[in-house]
Amino acid sequence: MNMFKSMAIGVAGLAMATVATVGVANAWEPTKPVDFIIMAGKGGGADKMARLMQSIVEKENLANRPLVPTNKSGGSGAEALIAAKKAADPDHTIMVTLNSFFTTPLRQPGIDVDIMSFAPVGRMAEDTFLLWVHKDSGLKTFEDFLAKAKADGNKWVMGGTGKNSEDNIITDFLNNNYGLDIKYIPYKGGGAVAKDVAGKQVNSSVNNPSEALGFYESGDMVPLVAFTDERLPMFPDVPTLKEKGADFSYFMQRAVVGAPGMSDEALAYYTDLFTKVYNSADWQKYKSSKSLMGDFMAGQALRDYWTTQRNRHESILRASGAIK
Amino acid sequence: MRRAEIVTAVLLGFFSVYLMWKSGEPPAWDPDVPRFANIGMIDGEGPGSGFWPFWLSAIMLVSCVWIGINWYRKKSPPSVSEEPFLDSYGKRTLFFVGMGLLGFLILIHIIGFYGGILVFMIYYMRFLGRHGWGITSLVSVSLVVFSFFFFDIAMRIVLPKGYLEPLFIPLYDMFL
Amino acid sequence: MEILLSLFNGILIALEPINLGLAVIGVVVGLFVGAMPGLGSVNGVAILLPFTFVIQSFTGGATSPMIFLAAIYYGAMYGGAISSITLGIPGASTAVATTFDGRPLAMKGMAHVALVAAALASFIGGTVSNVLFTAFAPLLASVALSFGNPEIFALMLLAFATFVGLGGDDIPKTLFSICFGLVLATVGFDIISGEPRLIFFDITGFSHGIRFLVLAIGVYGIGEMIWTINTSRYGSSMSKVDVSWASMIDAMKRFQEAWRGTLIGSLLGFFVGILPAAGATPGSLMSYGVTKMLSKNPKEYGKGAIDGVAAPEAANNSASTGAMLPMMTLGIPGSPTTAVLLAGMVIWGLQPGPLLFTNQPDFVWPLIGSFYVSNLVAVLVNLAFIPVFLWMLRMPFTILAPLIFVLSLVGTYAAYMDMFDVWLMVFVGVGAFFLRILDYPVAPAVLAIVLGPIAEPKLRQSLLLSDGDFSIFFTRPIAGPITVIAIILILLPLFKVIYDKIKGKPAEA
Repeated sequence: MNMFKSMAIGVAGLAMATVATVGVANAWEPTKPVDFIIMAGKGGGADKMARLMQSIVEKENLANRPLVPTNKSGGSGAEALIAAKKAADPDHTIMVTLNSFFTTPLRQPGIDVDIMSFAPVGRMAEDTFLLWVHKDSGLKTFEDFLAKAKADGNKWVMGGTGKNSEDNIITDFLNNNYGLDIKYIPYKGGGAVAKDVAGKQVNSSVNNPSEALGFYESGDMVPLVAFTDERLPMFPDVPTLKEKGADFSYFMQRAVVGAPGMSDEALAYYTDLFTKVYNSADWQKYKSSKSLMGDFMAGQALRDYWTTQRNRHESILRASGAIK
Repeated sequence: MRRAEIVTAVLLGFFSVYLMWKSGEPPAWDPDVPRFANIGMIDGEGPGSGFWPFWLSAIMLVSCVWIGINWYRKKSPPSVSEEPFLDSYGKRTLFFVGMGLLGFLILIHIIGFYGGILVFMIYYMRFLGRHGWGITSLVSVSLVVFSFFFFDIAMRIVLPKGYLEPLFIPLYDMFL
Repeated sequence: MEILLSLFNGILIALEPINLGLAVIGVVVGLFVGAMPGLGSVNGVAILLPFTFVIQSFTGGATSPMIFLAAIYYGAMYGGAISSITLGIPGASTAVATTFDGRPLAMKGMAHVALVAAALASFIGGTVSNVLFTAFAPLLASVALSFGNPEIFALMLLAFATFVGLGGDDIPKTLFSICFGLVLATVGFDIISGEPRLIFFDITGFSHGIRFLVLAIGVYGIGEMIWTINTSRYGSSMSKVDVSWASMIDAMKRFQEAWRGTLIGSLLGFFVGILPAAGATPGSLMSYGVTKMLSKNPKEYGKGAIDGVAAPEAANNSASTGAMLPMMTLGIPGSPTTAVLLAGMVIWGLQPGPLLFTNQPDFVWPLIGSFYVSNLVAVLVNLAFIPVFLWMLRMPFTILAPLIFVLSLVGTYAAYMDMFDVWLMVFVGVGAFFLRILDYPVAPAVLAIVLGPIAEPKLRQSLLLSDGDFSIFFTRPIAGPITVIAIILILLPLFKVIYDKIKGKPAEA
């Protein structure tokens, strides 16, 4: 129990049994607080999810030592990758990753990180992307969008998170596949992008649902197309790009990895821990309310997924000229 | 102090030139881009990635030249000051405090923050401050205990412990 | 009327024993976390976020957890002033401007006046912004939406303009300091081009940029401290300060002198606070600058003006309430702390956005009610603790100095969890000590590193929007006037020099 907890509970008059209910089946258990690196800054999608996972672990008392989140957003995730690679104690170092896990080692070969050396703890979800415009634009369908963006040329502006990021990759695909000349403006975070679409500062975005939901509910932002394989349960009327004839879908991985050099026993422990988190009611509720896809995946299956994703990103980045 | 003024200005001038050179660095993955390709305005895009740091460093360089001119014309207070840059007391202070901080930093890597705090406090209070052993050990030990409970236990900010880590495992068992 | 009724109900809920208890605990926790150099409201809020899940499972609803975190946020804003004044180290970026006059006051033996002024100004700032928030929240949300990239850049330009006079008398050294801070702000990763920049000697530590607190704690905790040890020579303690009822009452009376700064800080802080991307730090800096500009005797600033403490403190409390607005109604955080609060709201199952006020009145109104309650609790708790903090100042120098060094190192580590930053902080501090002897002003560099990372991307995003055409800053209805005012203010000292030259007067030294 930590000090503030004790104080708070004392005053609030809440009686709570502090029985440790973990550690029945596991041979290995952490002996000190676990370093929980977040590969992004505070407030982004990855950060929110990491803090939710941490909260679930605390609430359900799943681990005997706390997870201590540390944001390392420097160099588009390079800082986090290096910190994990150099971790003094790999058994107590885990990291929440996104797609920069694939792109950053390609874009910055100098950091010399092999992503296959990381321990595959578990993939918690895949985040989805939709194309958003402001309701006042009058655009109702993806075809409307194509016509308008084509007519506007480079006066049509897309806001997105970072250069050569997920948002940029999707924008590049739209430009190349439909002969558009959309101008892409990088922002620091997805929330700021959504706000600028709602405030009509930019014309469109490819926000994750969780970032745009507030403005979707208020009716300011309208989704036109989903970059998924099947229609999203939350947006049943929004067609996928595949229905529109393009063989393209794109997801953001939300996975937990262990530092390179993590022992098999520790890996088994964390996989078990995050399986419990994944199966918790809170995680499932979050997953459905934010329109996340993807089942839990760990071990060799997750490694194979990484191989596919890395190769795919390599060819995408090469095609757009972001790497040689 | 007059000499220190111009020496500092020249050193900062060189530093500004280094920053200008560094700002023009091409991206690591693309050896074909020449240096200083990014410091101007890119057509239709506005300033490149090196624009802001390069030109600001250039202003820094101009400022250094300006400081030099003021020095030559004896316009700024330090350039006419007869006082030494650091007198013997100042040098001693800087040496003992500086060495103490350097030692503290190195110790953090070996025996961690808590060991380092203990050694640094004893060094400063006993040997620089000439306090008695009683008050020295009281303040040092209570600072270490307070820091551990404040940071590691209450705030969950795990400070590095170096080679002393095994000593803390039982404490985690008790308090976390 | 409807608003008043909702507010009244909200305050009643905030006064329920459990909520009031959580508010008191939150304020106390926040006060101490905020007073610790390096730690700020963001640490307190982030660390106790998982615990709110536990609160929620007892009380249901998101109201009590949010009241708890908001109280921490409030308490920390009060606490930040304490280390700025007593130790001379800004506890968080929001409290930097408080050191400018708070520290000189403490050195003069008037720490009690500064602390009381900070507490009362914070209270007034908090109250003013609560009233504005209550009355105009939905309207202000649309104002925030109309601020795009060019508008934010224009605002940053204005923030710089209010600081032109902040440096010392030596123009080239001030210029050097500003530019140096702005260059340091570009170290790290450039989001527009997606490339790393200025990674000195390929050390990975630079890839996250040179963090604000590394510079601030280095300059104030190490540099200023060594300088003080060197100049105070054989003096035994930082200052003689009188801790008695009479002196506290006297301090409260002297607060009357600070009405102007408090008023400016309360209003300006709130307005800057509601703009996304700006937040409480630029708000408090601008309030300090504007108060100084409008003052009858600006020469007193930096030497111990009570207004110079009241303005930034009123502003940072006002801005922190203001920053709740874009977080709740637009879902975008204006500061790291609101980013964590936002994560909290999402975790508790709320959807921030324009509809929050209409869809979740049961959450919104008790929370607003709790702002009023927490603010009152915070000022009382803060005033009660002032004698304890004053006692620290009376410690012998040979105990206080090593304590400050230890706090500087531990605080820097705690803020960023990176030993590289701790080394860099000490290195910066020793460098700042040398520059201090030669009269280089360091405050402009510290300010520049706060404003630079906001200003540069906004400039470039704007120019991307306009195909590289600078007229975008002048032709837009909101950005235009702000830019013009900022440019006039920046050039004002230059005009003055030219005017004096023509008149044949010697330029002011």
